[in-house]
Amino acid sequence: MSDLNITQTTIADDANQNKQNIVHEDERVKVLSPSMLVFKRFIRNKLAIVGTVIIAIMFLFSFVGGIVSPYDESQVFMGYESMSKDFASMTLNSDYRYTVKEGSEFPSSAKAEFILALNNGKTTFSSMGTNYSIIEAGEDVYQIGVMEPVVKASVVKGMVNVLNADGVAAELTEAFKTAISEKTETFTLNGVTYFVVNEGKEYSLNTLTEAALASYNVFDAYSADITLSYEFKYAAELAKINGETSFMADGMNYVVEDNNGIETIYLVNGSEKTEYALMSDYVIRAMDDDVFLDIDFKLALQNAVEENQSSITIPDEEGNDVIYTIERKNEQYTIKADTMTQVIKVYEAPSKEHWLGTDANGMDILTRLMYGGRISLMIGFIVVVIEVALGIVLGGIAGYFGGFVDGLIMRIVDIFYCIPTMPILIILGAVMDQNKTDPQLRIYFLMLIMGVLGWPGIARLVRGQILSLREQEFMTATEALGISVPRRIFKHLIPNVIPQLIVMATMGLGSIILTESTLSFLGIGVKFPYASWGNIISSVSNVYVMTNYWFVWIPAGFCILFTVLAFNFIGDGLRDAFDPKMKR
Amino acid sequence: MWKYITKRIAQSVVILFFVSMIIYAIMRCLPTSYIETIARERASLPGAKSYQEWLDQLNAVYKMDCGIIEGFFGWVSKAVRGEFGDSWYYNVPVTQKFASVIWDSFYIGAVAFILQIIIAIPLGILSARKQYSKTDYAITVIALIGISLPGFFFATILKLIFSIKLGWFDLYGKVGKYYDQLSTWGQFLDVAKHMVLPIATLTIISIGSLVRYTRTNMLEVLNSDFIRTARAKGLSESKVINKHAFRNTLIPVVTILGGTLPSLFAGAMITETLFQIPGIGYTSYQAMTVGDIPFYMFYMTFMAALTLMGNLIADVLYAVVDPRVRVS
Repeated sequence: MSDLNITQTTIADDANQNKQNIVHEDERVKVLSPSMLVFKRFIRNKLAIVGTVIIAIMFLFSFVGGIVSPYDESQVFMGYESMSKDFASMTLNSDYRYTVKEGSEFPSSAKAEFILALNNGKTTFSSMGTNYSIIEAGEDVYQIGVMEPVVKASVVKGMVNVLNADGVAAELTEAFKTAISEKTETFTLNGVTYFVVNEGKEYSLNTLTEAALASYNVFDAYSADITLSYEFKYAAELAKINGETSFMADGMNYVVEDNNGIETIYLVNGSEKTEYALMSDYVIRAMDDDVFLDIDFKLALQNAVEENQSSITIPDEEGNDVIYTIERKNEQYTIKADTMTQVIKVYEAPSKEHWLGTDANGMDILTRLMYGGRISLMIGFIVVVIEVALGIVLGGIAGYFGGFVDGLIMRIVDIFYCIPTMPILIILGAVMDQNKTDPQLRIYFLMLIMGVLGWPGIARLVRGQILSLREQEFMTATEALGISVPRRIFKHLIPNVIPQLIVMATMGLGSIILTESTLSFLGIGVKFPYASWGNIISSVSNVYVMTNYWFVWIPAGFCILFTVLAFNFIGDGLRDAFDPKMKR
Repeated sequence: MWKYITKRIAQSVVILFFVSMIIYAIMRCLPTSYIETIARERASLPGAKSYQEWLDQLNAVYKMDCGIIEGFFGWVSKAVRGEFGDSWYYNVPVTQKFASVIWDSFYIGAVAFILQIIIAIPLGILSARKQYSKTDYAITVIALIGISLPGFFFATILKLIFSIKLGWFDLYGKVGKYYDQLSTWGQFLDVAKHMVLPIATLTIISIGSLVRYTRTNMLEVLNSDFIRTARAKGLSESKVINKHAFRNTLIPVVTILGGTLPSLFAGAMITETLFQIPGIGYTSYQAMTVGDIPFYMFYMTFMAALTLMGNLIADVLYAVVDPRVRVS
């Protein structure tokens, strides 16, 4: 009936056209070829057209999209995120800091003895056979000297005997004796200060050489390549104690500026004043070894602490303001900075760079959808090809030969029809999981198993059609012409089944994509790093992702839905087009 | 008629024999290392049997130590007596575990089945009566969407809307938190509430094909001569549709529905897994993923038997319902 309609419309069209033209008799009745008829019927079906358009879009999206997309299938995107990290620590110094004079030694055992002597109020102490003397230079600032014996004397019954006095000036021995009898501890002779140390019955006369400086103050040089000398530090300490604003050390002039208990020391060179060092009683350490804290930072930090601020803003090397927060715990201050840390962009919301955001692995979801579409469509087509090939061969043979062969093949079909496909795929998937099979190999396996288990439907269809076709006259003709059996089956019978085959294959494509995505969703089909629409959705097994990151799984679900739907639309449209008897 | 049925049953038994042979062969094809790994994992659980005991237990039923043919016959002779061994994962005899979970699956399947019939058949008939109308297009599109909808995706959307956004149902499980404290009626309601989403999922995704099938058959009937005759006779349209057309449409529909009856026991693996309903589907899915060989051997054989039974019922029903079909 529809055929008739088409012919009529064609005639009507022709009639319209021919209004201006000369009517040719041979143009009036135009007979359309069968395939043309099918095509015309197909494109008149709106749903089929919608399906075709969707499939075309899906193909473009998957195969061209993957090329156009600037990203790779498994490209991980990293981003910077500001994280509050411990940056530095600052402590009010409660230990003596020692500056050892160049060329002298002040071992740690001596440091311990020094503290002991200080606590006991002694001014001398000895360690490892060396005598030391403590000279208080100011509050909490001590100079430690090493005593070097010049002569020794022993006192026997009030008589002073200077021992081995050879080579010692007589003037000195006299002064020594006087000092012992007068019990003075120091005396100066010819500009040299001598110390008398009483060691039981013996006395020794010593000269003193400065060895170290002990104080609570911490010196920080303005640049990493300045080493502060002993003399400089001593002079600076003295200047601080005496409240002087300038001092001289190592032949250079320095100026001190007091700032909340933190002294900035400038080097004066002519009229120029350059920042040289900082002196304070705070210890500031960076948490990372490779960070050099410059003096500006330390100064700013100390000022902030003195003023009880809880955060400061200091520009970093590139001139960006960094906010440091200061946390206090007893005498310890921890400075935290918001530093930029490199992180994987996980579940990032859709943005200009990532239209559908990023997934749990920091990969671009849109790109994964494209590659996933490729795999899903490819699996669908390859499985259908395997199914159709097996189905045509076995169904064709069964239908053509009939009898015993038919019975045998149909029983095989029955058997295959009963094999539970899904459980077998799941079991094999679990085995491959255990064996850690290569993901690419898994895809091939998946296609092979689905193809091998899926052909019975096609074989039944082919066989049923051929059973009726082979009784027709044209088959008798092929027999009379002596055409070989395979040729008869595949050249003359199968082409007559093609319409139904196309319909079945199209519908089959949809259901294969569904099966594949279900398997991938369960985690036993296509596996990471390969993308598949199913395994993109599998992220919903985490309820948090399901609730909060719709952009991860909703688009993939609609991709599956639309593709399968489109294949069904097309299959439906094709069936109507091939077999119009359903139309009233 | 009886001759036909007996013949079909005999045929089915033979097919089941070969299907189980293939299933057994697949099981034997599993890498030995895989089975050993699973056995070792089982043995390392606290209070479990030793590794060798697990393997011995498997060999006792599945004859893994014999040749494949001998092993197969050994297994089949046990299987026909209902001996499928002890489940590795559930630690109880396979058949006992099966009996304890099958009814949940059946109830879900049965309710979904009834809903499916109630919804799909009227829609299919409506769609056929108004062919090429807007209604027909709408129903066709809805039916095709139902067919094309990935079950796991649809279930997730239902969960998102009804469990998370609206909070009407629990996300997972068969019973709620306070199940034990409820009265018998309350317990029933609790279970029923947990079954709503799984049943909705199953119904929606299975409605499509039945709508399409009903529509196709209704169209075929409406195009036949006796409908034209009925109309020519001057019968009212409702009489034509309800009496003449509908009854004839029912023949293939009842046949195919009869064929799906056994599958009510098959359980909906994906849906049950998603909602963690402890039916046969979820139970066997877990068994399959952890490599519980005794359980899934039973399950696969069971599934094959169900499919065969479905075909058998469909064929027999076809012969019974439609007197025009002459049994040959």
